[in-house]
Amino acid sequence: MLQFLIRRLTGAVVIMFLIGAFTFFLFYTVPQDFAALSCGKNCSPENLAVIRENLGLDKPITTQFWEFMSGIVAGRDFPQGHCSAPCLGVSFESGEFVWDSIIDRFPLTLSLTVGGLVIFLILGLGSGLLAAWKRGTVVDKIVSGTSIVLSSFQIYLLGPIVLGLLVYSTGIMEFPKEHSFTEEPGAWFLGLLIPWVVMATIFTAQYTRMSRSTMIEQLQEEHVRTARAKGMRQRYVFFRYAWRGSLIPIVTILGMDLSALLSGAVVTEFTFDLAGIGRLAVDSSLTKDLPVTMGVMLFGAFFILLLNILVDLAYAYIDPRVRLS
Amino acid sequence: MTTLTKTEGEKAPTGPDSFLSVRDLRVRFSTEDGIVKAVDGLSFDVERGKTLGIVGESGSGKSVTNLTVLGLHNPKTTTVEGEILLEGQDLVTTPEKELEKLRGNKVAMIFQDPLTALSPYYTVGRQIAEPYMKHTGASKKEARDRAIEMLTKVGIPQPKTRVDDYPHQFSGGMRQRAMIAMALVCDPDLLIADEPTTALDVTVQAQILDLLKDLQQEFGSAIIFITHDLGVISDMADDLLVMYSGRAVERGGVREVLREPRHPYTWGLLSSMPRLGGSTSQPLMPIPGSPPSLLNPPSGCPFHPRCTFKDQVSGDRCSTERPPLGEGRAAACHLTAEQKQTIFIDKIQPRLR
Amino acid sequence: MSDNLTLPAQQGSTGASTEALLKVEGLTKHFPIYGGFPIKRKVGAVQAVDNVDLTVGVGESVGLVGESGCGKSTTGRLITRLLEPTGGKIEYAGQDITHAKRKQLAPVRSEIQMIFQDPYSSLNPRQTVGTIIKSPMEVNGINPAGGREKRVRELLELVGLNPEHYNRFPHEFSGGQRQRIGVARALALNPKLIVADEPVSALDVSIQAQVVNLLQKVQEEMGIAFLFIAHDLAVVRHFSQRVAVMYLGKVVEVGDRDSIYNRPRHPYTHALLSAVPEVAMDDEPQDRERIRLYGDVPSPISPPSGCRFRTRCWKAQDKCATEEPPLVQIGGNTEGHLTACHFPEEPTVGARSEAVVMDPALKALEKDGDVSKG
Repeated sequence: MLQFLIRRLTGAVVIMFLIGAFTFFLFYTVPQDFAALSCGKNCSPENLAVIRENLGLDKPITTQFWEFMSGIVAGRDFPQGHCSAPCLGVSFESGEFVWDSIIDRFPLTLSLTVGGLVIFLILGLGSGLLAAWKRGTVVDKIVSGTSIVLSSFQIYLLGPIVLGLLVYSTGIMEFPKEHSFTEEPGAWFLGLLIPWVVMATIFTAQYTRMSRSTMIEQLQEEHVRTARAKGMRQRYVFFRYAWRGSLIPIVTILGMDLSALLSGAVVTEFTFDLAGIGRLAVDSSLTKDLPVTMGVMLFGAFFILLLNILVDLAYAYIDPRVRLS
Repeated sequence: MTTLTKTEGEKAPTGPDSFLSVRDLRVRFSTEDGIVKAVDGLSFDVERGKTLGIVGESGSGKSVTNLTVLGLHNPKTTTVEGEILLEGQDLVTTPEKELEKLRGNKVAMIFQDPLTALSPYYTVGRQIAEPYMKHTGASKKEARDRAIEMLTKVGIPQPKTRVDDYPHQFSGGMRQRAMIAMALVCDPDLLIADEPTTALDVTVQAQILDLLKDLQQEFGSAIIFITHDLGVISDMADDLLVMYSGRAVERGGVREVLREPRHPYTWGLLSSMPRLGGSTSQPLMPIPGSPPSLLNPPSGCPFHPRCTFKDQVSGDRCSTERPPLGEGRAAACHLTAEQKQTIFIDKIQPRLR
Repeated sequence: MSDNLTLPAQQGSTGASTEALLKVEGLTKHFPIYGGFPIKRKVGAVQAVDNVDLTVGVGESVGLVGESGCGKSTTGRLITRLLEPTGGKIEYAGQDITHAKRKQLAPVRSEIQMIFQDPYSSLNPRQTVGTIIKSPMEVNGINPAGGREKRVRELLELVGLNPEHYNRFPHEFSGGQRQRIGVARALALNPKLIVADEPVSALDVSIQAQVVNLLQKVQEEMGIAFLFIAHDLAVVRHFSQRVAVMYLGKVVEVGDRDSIYNRPRHPYTHALLSAVPEVAMDDEPQDRERIRLYGDVPSPISPPSGCRFRTRCWKAQDKCATEEPPLVQIGGNTEGHLTACHFPEEPTVGARSEAVVMDPALKALEKDGDVSKG
């Protein structure tokens, strides 16, 4: 198990390095002078040279890349002061440390994704299980039908509809807004409820259908029949035997959906005008703010890799065959 | 309870010893292609402590019958008619809750492929202990000790440590032994073994068959042994039921049936099977054609489209009239007793040497 | 005998071949296992086939029996060159084809054909039967007189299918009929050797006999040599003039049908034969020895040293662990009957005074049983 973790983490480091290199050099294929962008109109050559030096743009590209990457591990010194590890450089636009702006925005994106994840897992898996348990009945048909309708929605379509219904026309709820989770948990919850539900709806539909079909598949498994032949109660067989087996495909799909979830968060941020990391990423690439783009890319990649390792650990937990081989 | 309106439904005697009696059982599934008549008017008895062998090819309804006995069919798509009497209690009308108390307790089952029939997610010990705890109310500790005891009995080496292994850590033969331990843990009166050795190698099959026979001596369970292999049946069974197309075509003591089979299908099975002691100079005598579809079974005798001897029956009785299966030692065939005997002695027996 | 060489040889049970069509020497296949950290490397090998010698004469049918994991299927695939051998030599009609490249193999490919176990998955469901049977001719650029379609219809008729079913798809046929299609495909190129890998084990008993008879007809009438791979000893006996018994990647005994089935010497052959359930026609106890091994076949990743059967053998001694027994003709064997055993059994399969029971559970139960009976 330890060996497995070491192997996976080593792999993750390599992948992050590759992602960093790819983003960095792709950026430099764009024929743009970042210093000139930063300097603005009517820029004197002296100013330009100073900015170029400050941003480190006067050095060869490979050196810049190396300094950027080593900064993540060891920290770097900038005219603004020391940027301690993990240092993702300084924004061309604002002059702030990229790490700081990411950390500033991170709570919102984390709240959005985790909240959405929890909601769609509970709703999606729950209704899928219900439909499988009541297979062929009216309940099953309603659940399955609803999930097909909902899965054809998109966040940017569903978002405005929900806003229109709950905020603009009736005023039942306020427009989504970010609050601190530690200071005002109640406001935090209410403020993000609409984005959560909108984001989760699309995933819920998908997970309902998936958990229903994998459950039905599992219920036909021979070992499930054996459990019934032993006299175990139907509910016990359903939750202990069939459910356990259907977790494997669900976790697999969840692992693949993690990046979709992150991009879902980006769209959600835009739809509800929330300032999260997604917003930061889009803004930075529009203004050609290389360090911020790099930072966000690596940060996001880190999380996806981390979650994928967690998914693999979940496999081992669910299926002893994975654990022991 | 049920009135036998159909004359073609067979009647068999309800002996005083018969522990399980199945009467005129009809099982139908509705599928997208239509109604599958998986079992059509089947009757048989199992005596306490004895082994009934059911032999038939795929689609003969032998497995379905036994899933129905335990109520393991899908109630939404399946209709079951007739009676399944276990010590006088009709299992067809018994509610699920009551059936749960019988399953694994009074009636246990062993399946064909122990790799898929055991859950990969739980230890062997837990899977053996579960029914014991449920049916006897034993504690976790007691159930675990019982599981170890059962594993010892079925010949698992180092049962105290292997009890915590998962099925995939066992070899094929060991898994089937564990399956047997699981089935026998509550000392059932009836054990249904559905092709229990088909997935195993021949030397392992021999071990498992002997183990089952020896354990039956000890536990005194009746066994319904389902297989397609007449050799296995010959080794295991006391009584034999030959099934074809959802019906019983021949019944009797296993030696009687194998020594002097009376149904053309049984003849066909025996003469199409090469044997270690048989002659190699003459070709096998296969049954022509393929088994019928259960969606649209042949009229009359279901075997008539493949039967070589139907010309010897006057008229078109074979294709119009379903031959009844008499009581006791019997074969469901329109040929007369003399015809059967002559054909067997003249045409079939020489081939079996 | 040598005069008959040009004719498809109808050999008696004496077996010893007139002319070797296929000659396999020291055939070995090890499937590497990779693993380790941080760099993946070969950490072991599945010794699927190890040093196998085998010959198949012109028009001869040779059976290859053994339990799962004994390497019989791998051997078949090596001979048809679907797998690349790790070592050894495969000679076909005097030509070394062990490592022959695609081009060099082309003329031989059409002469060696294979029939697979599963008639469901070995036929392309999207092709008509005609296309399936025709494609080997197309691939090999063979144009029979009268055209390929006519040839396909002839083949369909030969294997007992209606030639009018030329345009049907595999799913329209039953299992037995599909296996007939597989046979027709194998015959399309007039092969001289057919490797049949468990050709009937997926079929129902009554259908099995149809296919066995068809294969036998093909073998006898067309003089095609067969390597018949199966786990069913009775079917192999019925079909094969000579039989090789494999255990854990090795041939442990080989000989003509009569030697293997009536005068086996290797303990494993005895155990196998004794384990086959036979239909008893009468009440008298059968005159057969009773041998019950214990447990399953060991893993081919780390097979036992010396004789591979020794861990389950009742006659094993120290020598068996240290010295691998050679496959030789031992005293009392007829010619061509080779056994790889240091301590061979008596050449009979008749009942013994005492059964050999290796299984501790059976031993315990049977002892109790005797006590209660007595």
